Amino acid sequence: MASNTNPARILVLGIGNVLWADEGFGVRCVEHLAANWALPPRVHLMDGGTQGLYLLPFLEQADALIVFDAVDYGLEPGTMKIVEDGEVPAFMGAKKMSLHQTGFQDVIATAQLMGYCPAQMLLIGVQPVELEDYGGGLRPRTAAQIDPAVDIALARLRDWGVAAQPGRTVTGDLADPSIARDAYESGRPSEDTACRIGDDRFFPARV
Amino acid sequence: MLETPNGYRMDNSGRRIVIDPVTRIEGHMRCEINVDEDGVIRNAVSTGTMWRGLEVILKGRDPRDAWAFTERICGVCTGTHALTSVRAVEDALGIAIPDNANSIRNIMQLNLEIHDHIVHFYHLHALDWVNPINALRADPKATSELQQMVSPAHPLSSPGYFRDVQNRLKKFVESGQLGIFKNGYWDNPAYKMPAEADLMATTHYLEALDLQREVAKIHTIFGGKNPHPNWLVGGVPCPINMDGVGAAGAGINMERLNLASSIIDKCIEFNNNVYIPDVIAIGNFYRTWLHGGGLSSQACLAYGDIPENANDFSAGQLHLPRGAIINGNLNEVHDVDVRDPEQVQEFVDHSWYTYGEPGRGLHPWDGISEAQYVLGPNAKGTRTDIHELDEAAKYSWIKAPRWRGHAMEVGPLARYVVGYAKGHEDIKDQVDGLLRTMNLPFDALFSTLGRTAARALESEYCGRLQKYFFDKLVANIRNGDTHTANVEKWDPKTWPKEAKGVGFTEAPRGALGHWIRIKDGRIENYQCVVPTTWNGSPRDVQGNIGAFEASLMNTPMERPDEPVEVLRTLHSFDPCLACSTHVMSPDGDELTTVRVR
Repeated sequence: MASNTNPARILVLGIGNVLWADEGFGVRCVEHLAANWALPPRVHLMDGGTQGLYLLPFLEQADALIVFDAVDYGLEPGTMKIVEDGEVPAFMGAKKMSLHQTGFQDVIATAQLMGYCPAQMLLIGVQPVELEDYGGGLRPRTAAQIDPAVDIALARLRDWGVAAQPGRTVTGDLADPSIARDAYESGRPSEDTACRIGDDRFFPARV
Repeated sequence: MLETPNGYRMDNSGRRIVIDPVTRIEGHMRCEINVDEDGVIRNAVSTGTMWRGLEVILKGRDPRDAWAFTERICGVCTGTHALTSVRAVEDALGIAIPDNANSIRNIMQLNLEIHDHIVHFYHLHALDWVNPINALRADPKATSELQQMVSPAHPLSSPGYFRDVQNRLKKFVESGQLGIFKNGYWDNPAYKMPAEADLMATTHYLEALDLQREVAKIHTIFGGKNPHPNWLVGGVPCPINMDGVGAAGAGINMERLNLASSIIDKCIEFNNNVYIPDVIAIGNFYRTWLHGGGLSSQACLAYGDIPENANDFSAGQLHLPRGAIINGNLNEVHDVDVRDPEQVQEFVDHSWYTYGEPGRGLHPWDGISEAQYVLGPNAKGTRTDIHELDEAAKYSWIKAPRWRGHAMEVGPLARYVVGYAKGHEDIKDQVDGLLRTMNLPFDALFSTLGRTAARALESEYCGRLQKYFFDKLVANIRNGDTHTANVEKWDPKTWPKEAKGVGFTEAPRGALGHWIRIKDGRIENYQCVVPTTWNGSPRDVQGNIGAFEASLMNTPMERPDEPVEVLRTLHSFDPCLACSTHVMSPDGDELTTVRVR
């Protein structure tokens, strides 16, 4: 449920590693949001990558938080799931392979320990189709969830008193253009020049 | 029993213990050990379980963009990889950067060293020595007295302050979500500190969190943004406009420089008043636990970094030392040439790659990454669920880099051993001073604790260097030089048809190199040899073990099924297996499994 009080500072964070196929979902959502919607300065769009604990300072500067991410909910691949507020940490942090294995759950726990966790949180997660494809881009089923995910975020922003207008949000806090989705995915070397298989445990089959 | 050429007696007959994954590191790592009947480690097997194919995904890309990709390899060495990458491209194309760019890059790199060292010590490594649960039992007044004795200059030391922190901690622990403190072996006798020392150090865990949010602002100032600052082949992307106003993205102006200056001072203060005193205080409680030295007394490698002048990478001009020590001979420091095909070579005899013939070593310019995932005949389990590796065969996704055939340790301790052996004045003063304060002999340096202490000393030294380069930058700007980038060769039309180059840095966790080949304006081959490849390397064809494996040998464990000692020593290297998938699951936590077989 949305709160009655409008948060003064809102952080919209996309997290994940763009180099690992659907792991890039969160970052791509924020990229898409910035490319299509004009948002006021109180909304801070950020590509958080896999910065883990290094994202703490930005949480401290936020009264409300929206996170886009690829989440292993054990659901049908490509399914989107929304989790809010107090439930958010419980849905994060199992496979902690980001910053020194500090998953985002640890970031939130640490923010709570420090006494500056955002009061309102919304996690917009998608169940990934494919992760074990280093250098790969979003799978179609995952990519198809970008628009709905962004719509959910826009609706929540509206609840928080933010009216987004069609347009762009100019911010320096997104990925460098050379690894923006189109450039990254269209510039991928072919499988012939760049081997894509590895350990069976992580690369169960050719992709 | 097997004796390795680098002097270790390996015995895998005892109980096998598998730790998978090793937590609080970057990436995915697994470790297997055998302990004898007294619980002493007699065989160690370190393995990287992730395929990291950065080399192959850069093929055909624009060399000027490589930094942006390498910045995404992992969540911690972002800036160091980016710097190494732009240096490699500049080397290949013969691009000279301006003085200001050199100073700014040094400030950013030094800032990253300090940031990483502090975060590593307090948030990833301290819990191997410090018991935050025991801290709940501390007397705040006695803690205050301890604090004032350990670091009289540190202002946060009143009994009330420690009581507040203790209450905060209590509330956090009682809320049931131990969060960052879970998965610890808090009743293990390997923890040796009194409750007051535990409370003091845990308090500094929180103070370090407060500091780290300030520290990284340097990257916003000089890199335009943070996280993921911008880099540029030919210099730095931020313009200098002293008359300008405004915050991030506006370029460098007086207001921004003043902020940078205050952050630099805060780093120095924290190193002096908190970090170094803590390492000494904690070290004193563990002064008899001098295990974990591994290769540090035998074979150390550093490429060197922080050039005094732009574009001059000669050994004498680098503030962080360059050199190689082999066979334990500290009287002779060999120079290191990363271009020499005979020096740095990677071997794959025990790695899941193939070069077509056994015993072959390849210089990174000629490096190939062709996967060959096969388990040895004595491996237990299946290809997708390995119970026990066969270290006599291929057993890791990490290649085995060697310097003139020697397995080497890299990182802060290696840099400090090389620096000390070369008579580097600042390093020598720091090391001698620390050993004098702690009343320990020189050999004590070759230990897990020594590695941890070297990192703290280096953070302090880097703090001073950061100030030095900041002053140098400001002086240069005052003299009218606001040049930050050389774009003469930005256009690929100005490039030769083919070129090759190498960039190197000293990443927080050790020597890092990127080797690039460019053809027709595109990347033809790109090879990274990262610090953890050196330290975490599997055996080579001669049977030499790498630094992780060597460091674990002969360490006694209090309780073999609670691998506190293993984690303590492995963490002291600040391992980074750089993979960074972090998809989350609602099934609770992925606990490390420790299997005793």
